[in-house]
This record gives sequence, structure tokens and C-alpha cells, in this order.
Amino acid sequence: MSELLNNAVSLVREALWDPLPGWFQLGLVDLGYILAILLPLLLAVAYLTFAERKLIGYMQVRIGPNRVGPRGWLQPIADALKLLLKEIIIPTNANKFLFVIAPMLSIAPSLAAWAVIPFTDTMVLANIDASLLYILALTSVGVYGVIIAGWASNSKYAFLGAMRSAAQIVSYEIAMGFALVGVLMAAGSLNLHQIVLAQQGGFHQWYFIPLFPLFLVYFLSGVAETNRSPFDVAEGESEIVAGFHVEYSGMAFAIFFLAEYANMILIATLTVIMFLGGWYAPVETSFTIFPPIIWLLVKVAFVLFFFLWFRATFPRYRYDKIMRLGWKIFIPVTLIWIVVIGIATFYTPLGHLFH
Amino acid sequence: MLQNYLPIMIFLGVGVLVGVMPIVMGWMIAPNKPDSAKLSPYECGFDAFEDARMKFDVRYYLVAILFIIFDLEIAFLFPWATVLEEIGEYGFLSMMLFLGLLAVGFIYEWLKGALEWE
Repeated sequence: MSELLNNAVSLVREALWDPLPGWFQLGLVDLGYILAILLPLLLAVAYLTFAERKLIGYMQVRIGPNRVGPRGWLQPIADALKLLLKEIIIPTNANKFLFVIAPMLSIAPSLAAWAVIPFTDTMVLANIDASLLYILALTSVGVYGVIIAGWASNSKYAFLGAMRSAAQIVSYEIAMGFALVGVLMAAGSLNLHQIVLAQQGGFHQWYFIPLFPLFLVYFLSGVAETNRSPFDVAEGESEIVAGFHVEYSGMAFAIFFLAEYANMILIATLTVIMFLGGWYAPVETSFTIFPPIIWLLVKVAFVLFFFLWFRATFPRYRYDKIMRLGWKIFIPVTLIWIVVIGIATFYTPLGHLFH
Repeated sequence: MLQNYLPIMIFLGVGVLVGVMPIVMGWMIAPNKPDSAKLSPYECGFDAFEDARMKFDVRYYLVAILFIIFDLEIAFLFPWATVLEEIGEYGFLSMMLFLGLLAVGFIYEWLKGALEWE
């Protein structure tokens, strides 16, 4: 029986798989891996929205969504279906091409950035040396989606939201970049995999201790970059309705929503990889309690919790204060810390603390 | 080496597809009954009486220019930070000189009020 099955499998392989050209086979295998990353990611995005509503509900002494399915667990699916059935409106005065292309411009980079994320020591789709550069490049492209959406809508609220949001994202991008330079100086590699390997050996080796100011700057800039509360003036529902995506409806809006949450998870994962030791357990033991991937996921969930907690706790920042924080506090702090790392490395015996 | 970049190319394609597919699906499934009020830009119920591409604060423009300078600086710092161990003290001091020049520019723009938003 099993022989028959084996024969059938090899027959199918000979007939369908072997005649394919080599690059195509490679591409198919990659596509399989990509789906293995993408589908859990999209599921995580869906349930992050649920977790957010539940958590904020509890923090405000409400119950949160609890009607759809047992304890509300089917809520994200109901939301997706509802958005699917809503009309996609393209305003008369909008630039139609730009209007349609904007959501794609914001989702594609926030998903494609996951190609270089190392999940465990062996689990990484594209182990390229320039992975950090690639991440920085792709997260910068996200701002195009915002500004094109705001411009193409030809609506005042959308325009104001896009201007604010673009200036804010661009400002915090600098602080973020400088924070990354600090990590590079400590790890000596642009490869995310190498950066995690450099943090091996218990939590005292993780970079959040020697690079603590950069850790804070990076994480808070990440919150600002994703336009999350308390830096969500781009949406500012009490002043400019919904900001850059006010004219979007139905699935076109859902794409923006998806991109925002995928970006949140990406920032959280990058924070974990660069400052919180990636897939390593906090204490090195001779036996393994959890597999490395669980450690990574637990840490990511922990960081994501802060995103949600911030939203429930802090009132929205005023715009001038946001810009002040980005330019006058974060940038000088990161610059100074880069100099501190350099001086400590070359002129004091404390250099090993930073490596 | 370059082979590692193939999954990235495919992932970019898949990412665009994830953006395109739901919109196409929404197009096919969702109703489509446009009318002139629905298609007008949202302005809390008022008719828009002018084009939305209006004048905007010059500071946004200024921020964009400053961003270019600083982003270039980061682009310089990236390779430098990666090979800092090899280039040693000389490389470090050279970059400090460069950063010092930029810091002067930064302080100048700060004092000029380019970073003020009121």
C-alpha cells in the first residue's frame, strides 16, 4: 500500500515537478515559505485588532467586543467580512490612479519587510547581509502611501492629515536611523541574524542595557512612525476626522488598516531582534524550556502590549510637541549616544560593555 | 549570494498582490451605487467650495529638506558603523569631525527657529 503511494508520489513528481525549470522550482519553494510567514502574520494582524479592543475595553472597565462567536473571538472575521461588503468610493475630484495605488504602496513594504526577519537561528527566509538597510529602505517607502493617499483624495481633511503625518514620519525616521547606527556599532554587522547572534548569553548581553537610550528612542519612534497613539495626530479623529484615509471605504480602507497593524508588529519584532535578544531565552540554561520561536513570539507580544497600553493611557500629543520631541530630544540623544559608544570603545576600558 | 534576493523579490510581488486582491474582491462583491453627494469630498456635510490642494505651511517643506540632509548622514553612518572595528581610531575621529560639522548646522537651524512649531 505504502509502496503504491510512493510510486504515485514519484510519478506526480516526475510528471509535474521535474520538468519545471530550476529557477521556477526555487521560486515555488520560496512562495511556500512566504505563505508560511504571511498567513500567520495576517492572522496575527486580525487578532491584534481584537486584542486591542479587548485590552482597551478592560482598561476602561468595559468588556469590549463579546457578541460575535464565543467571547467575541470571531469579531475580526466579522469585521473583515463587513468591510468586504462595503462599497469602495472613489471621490469625483480624486486622482483615480493615485487613489487606488496608495493602499498598495502602504501594504506592500510593510509585508515585504518580513522577508529578512530571522525568527530563529535557522528560520530566516532571506539571510542577506544588508538586511537592516533593506528594512530601513522599505519602512521609508511606507510614507509614500500616506502622502499619496492624502493628496489623491482631494479632501481637506485628508490633505491636512497627510501633511502632518508625512512630516512626523519623516522626522522620527531620522531618530530611528540614528538609533540603528548605535546597534550597528555594537554588533558590527548589518545582518539581523548576526545582530541577534551577538546578543547570545542571557539577558545581560541584550543591547537594551548598554544602548538603553537608543532602545527607548527606537521604540518610541516606532510608535510615532506607525502613527499610533499618543502620536496619532495624523488620524486625530476629533480634529481632522480620520486624516489621510478619510475618503477610503470598504476594502481600500481595510488595506490601510492592515498596513498599520502589520507595521506595528514589524516594529515590535525589530525592537525584540535588535534590543531584546531575538529568539534567545533571558537566562541561558543547559536545557530548553521553550523552543526559540516561542521566546521570540512572547517578547513580540510583550512589546505589542505596550503599543496598546499607550493608547489606553496617554492623551494625544500636541503637534508642535511631537515635532519638538523628535527633533530636539530624540536626535540629540541618539547622536550623543553614538559618540559615547565610540569613545568608550576606543579610549576607555569599558568598550566591551557595548559589544 | 544573489540567490538570497529572489525570495525578497517574490515577497514584494506577494505584498502588492495582498494589496490588490482585496480591492478587486471588494469591487466585485460590494455594491456600487454612486451618486454625486456620495462622491463629493467629505467636509462634515458642507459642499467643498474650493480645491483641497491649498496653500500649506512652509515648515512642512523645511522639514522635508532637513530630513534629506539627516537621512544622507545616516546613509553615511551605516557602512561606517559596520566596519568600525577595522577602521579603528582614525575612522572614528574622521567621522566625529564630519558629525561635528553637521552638529554645527543642526545648532544653527535650531537657533534660527527652523524646528519651532507653534
